Amino acid sequence: MTTVTIDKKTLYACLEEIKDPEVPVLSIIDLGIVRDIVINGDGIEVIITPTYSGCPAMDTITMNIRILLSTLGFKKQKITQVLSPAWTTDWMSEKGKRKLKQYGIAPPNPIQQVCSNKLFAADEAVQCPQCNSYHTRRISEFGSTACKALYKCDDCKEPFDYFKCH
Amino acid sequence: MNQDSLINYVLHLADNALILGQRNSEWCGHGPILEQDIAITNISLDLVGQARNFYQYAAQLINESKKPEGSKAAPSPSGERVGGEVTEDSLAYLRTEREFKNCLLVEQPNGDWAQTILRQFLFSNCQYLLYQQLQTSEDKQLAAIAEKSLKEVTYHLRWSSEWVIRLGDGTEESHQRMLRAIDELWKYTGELFVAADYEKESAIDISKLKDPWLDKVKEIFNEATLAFPGKTFMQEGGKQGRHTEYMGYILTELQYLQRAYPGSEW
Repeated sequence: MTTVTIDKKTLYACLEEIKDPEVPVLSIIDLGIVRDIVINGDGIEVIITPTYSGCPAMDTITMNIRILLSTLGFKKQKITQVLSPAWTTDWMSEKGKRKLKQYGIAPPNPIQQVCSNKLFAADEAVQCPQCNSYHTRRISEFGSTACKALYKCDDCKEPFDYFKCH
Repeated sequence: MNQDSLINYVLHLADNALILGQRNSEWCGHGPILEQDIAITNISLDLVGQARNFYQYAAQLINESKKPEGSKAAPSPSGERVGGEVTEDSLAYLRTEREFKNCLLVEQPNGDWAQTILRQFLFSNCQYLLYQQLQTSEDKQLAAIAEKSLKEVTYHLRWSSEWVIRLGDGTEESHQRMLRAIDELWKYTGELFVAADYEKESAIDISKLKDPWLDKVKEIFNEATLAFPGKTFMQEGGKQGRHTEYMGYILTELQYLQRAYPGSEW
């Protein structure tokens, strides 16, 4: 049996190369999708969790992980999808949040408004990623993907996506 | 819970999510305004995702329950007609109408925006209460799916509640349309809280969810200035596979490709 000589730390660095196909500035490490890696000789198990149940990016991400592992020489690969504990935006790295903002998407606030059932709640104070104003308003609870809401800045008038708390 | 009941129970949860997801997806490109078109199709996506998780679990249970060759295995529910290894896809695409165990409410036509909104509200309200209980289930996989889905359903419930209020307490026209929607859909809500045989073995007593469900409906209808409907005949049967006439048409469209070109992939 050939053993692949690569440690976990290097592997995490390699996985940084795999991006979320829908938000290509974020790696799957930034998003907190990779929960664990188990290396066993030339076999490997990567444990991942979806952001949303119906996230259409998961199949592409799984395929890209497989391609990467093959290039690294792992013969036996297992990608396990776990649902619990459920993914939360808290798992997104600070680096990831900075990259999101540079890309023009407002990063998630630390407050978890989604957990509240309160109707017609006041809009979260979301900072405009373009001009940094907090003078913004929500246009729609759902944006271009399930994980985003649509906002508009009342100062610079630009619409923008907000990666909503989850 | 015995294995057959558990499989049927998981399929019931999956079918509810799939059929409502399919119904909502009919709005894609037809929503009243762009933002709400996106909202309803995102809800579709969440529901189809939940359905996939339940179907994957059901497929695993069905495949495990197939006894080794020669031991005269009893056919597992809904698995027998699919043949070979059961997958999430075969469960969605190759079962017949009578094998689907979704409640009647989710298969009802979209109607106008009011009817779609009301259907979502009545269902999300029930699903929210159910998943809250299910996330503490002793069945670890069901608990995990419920925990994951509950965050999404919280959004669906909040969004649909706000729309019920907006339309009910809106214009004369929107108010009338909500009344018509209630008239159309209320008779399919009784079934939600009558346990099918496979639900009776579950640790969750579904009939106990009826009161908190009614409280929420009353709260939202009150806010929406909509009169609470009186006692009426309740139609049942979906959970047992006896569907309304609409179900066959949904499956015809949903399953068309796999029926016409079996096993095709892209």
